[in-house]
Amino acid sequence: MPRDPTPRDKRAIRVDLQHIADMVDAGSRVLDVGCGDGDLLDYLVHFKQVDGRGIELSQAGVNACVGVGLSVIQGDADTDLAAYPAGAFDYAILSQTLQATRDPKGVLSQLVRIARRAIVSFPNFGHWKLRWHLLTQGTMPVTPTLPAPWYATPNIHLCTIRDFIDFCAVERIAIERAIAIDRLGQSSVIRSYRHANLFGEQGLFQLSRQ
Amino acid sequence: MTPLQKRLEDQQRPLPGHREVFGQDRPMPLDCGVEFGPFTIAYQTYGRLNAARSNAILACHALTGDQFLTGEHPVTGKPGWWDQMVGPGKPLDTDRFFILCANVLGGCMGTTGPRDINPATGRPFGLSFPVITVADMVRAQKLLIDRLGIDQLFCVTGGSMGGMQALQWAAMYPKSVFAAVPIASAARHSAQNIAFHEVGRQAIVADPDWCGGDYLLRGHNPARGLAVARMAAHITYLSEQALHRKFGRTLQDRNRVAYGFDADFQVESYLRHQGSSFVDRFDANSYLYITRAMDYFDLAAEHGGVLANAFRGTPVRFCLFSFTSDWLFPTSESRAVVQALNAVAANVSFVEIESDKGHDAFLLDEPEFAATLRGFLNGSAEHRGID
Repeated sequence: MPRDPTPRDKRAIRVDLQHIADMVDAGSRVLDVGCGDGDLLDYLVHFKQVDGRGIELSQAGVNACVGVGLSVIQGDADTDLAAYPAGAFDYAILSQTLQATRDPKGVLSQLVRIARRAIVSFPNFGHWKLRWHLLTQGTMPVTPTLPAPWYATPNIHLCTIRDFIDFCAVERIAIERAIAIDRLGQSSVIRSYRHANLFGEQGLFQLSRQ
Repeated sequence: MTPLQKRLEDQQRPLPGHREVFGQDRPMPLDCGVEFGPFTIAYQTYGRLNAARSNAILACHALTGDQFLTGEHPVTGKPGWWDQMVGPGKPLDTDRFFILCANVLGGCMGTTGPRDINPATGRPFGLSFPVITVADMVRAQKLLIDRLGIDQLFCVTGGSMGGMQALQWAAMYPKSVFAAVPIASAARHSAQNIAFHEVGRQAIVADPDWCGGDYLLRGHNPARGLAVARMAAHITYLSEQALHRKFGRTLQDRNRVAYGFDADFQVESYLRHQGSSFVDRFDANSYLYITRAMDYFDLAAEHGGVLANAFRGTPVRFCLFSFTSDWLFPTSESRAVVQALNAVAANVSFVEIESDKGHDAFLLDEPEFAATLRGFLNGSAEHRGID
């Protein structure tokens, strides 16, 4: 019987998670909000030696994480971030979860309160394929990043990269890094918002309080 | 030998296991203000303490549990209360960890309690036994751990009142605890729980054989009162679904109701059996004292009414478990502890296990509970550097 949770293969981590992991300094204190089965957290704990914690909504996800030795609680980004003290973490990560929260504005303000830096990724609804799909088909797009049909999707607050950038300006959240991830998982630093909003499948942002 | 001495000697069961005496030179101050000592702690150990003395797990028993975690119980002949969890290859792996369990102060399985002789009078303590608290139980355990030369426990765990002890350990001796695993527990006893305990206590003191607490001196045993207390409490340990699944409305050894007050229903017969078998192994005054200790437990109250203050700056790794059908120590109680731990950015995991077995689920075969506890312990052992 294996005693230690074997670190999963470095290559097995999802490509967008790898981009997030690359933003995190080794040895830092990390909160992964919506950590799922703990793939990213497990990677960060084993390869970046972070002091990592997770919050996950699904009980099955929580049990899987704790079962491999990760520190994870069952909880909800919308309600449970308020309990943490300001500056408790170096990084608060919200990967592919923002669009499923009830109050994205509240969640983002909590993230930059409890951590020095927030790392947020989300599917970009401004991607040209989605636009094209809506234009030509007139139905809600179903893609690898947005796989569920409209009636079953947990995504209730979808936005575009441009929406997000405008939002940060209004909410006085500083964008320290902005990366667009394309269909192949290639990342590019966002220089032209217009370009990124058309060709980025996902937006990945490093944020802090202004 | 006087008849009293004879009777007292008869009831001192020759129990196996370890014993240590404390408070001989310097008595232990209790929360109630009494300086207590000397007293004995009876305990069991499983597995081996490693050379670094870093692999000790203290398992804390619940209200009516005792130090016999696994293997055949010397009094009941049944498996110990955590036989599911403790042993070679089990989550509390005796091939890897050194597992300790001590009978609590006020208990009746060898640790000094109201049944034992008060050295000042030569008679059983009875109600002259000081009222003890969960913190007192933990202070006594700390004396034991110190004597065994263990600076830091790898883990303190337990269910129900055992979980209260785990929380108390973490709050009172944070440097002496690497990880704490409170299971189906709470940071305070709720009004509802105090109410159930009061029913049990009143059943005991209403039994004429209780004799104002002096039943040992008088040669009586308030067995009926204690049995009723156990029956009432036992219902709170199960869920409605579990009772229904086990018994439904099935009749006991009959095809129709008997139009009387015998145990017509299987559930009645089961409860009567629970009550009568309990009195053979438990002392009525111990039941009064230990239920009281649970009632008094309120970790926030000890810290200015703010639970988070109990854990400020804690280095302890926490993992809390609750069970969906546990209405005695519901998930909301565990969640309140988790929120307090989050408020001080403590290292905390929290797992709610889907189960229809009620509060007793922590004693039963719950594969997901076992697997997750195993994962947490192994992950923590890796951090602690235990091979």
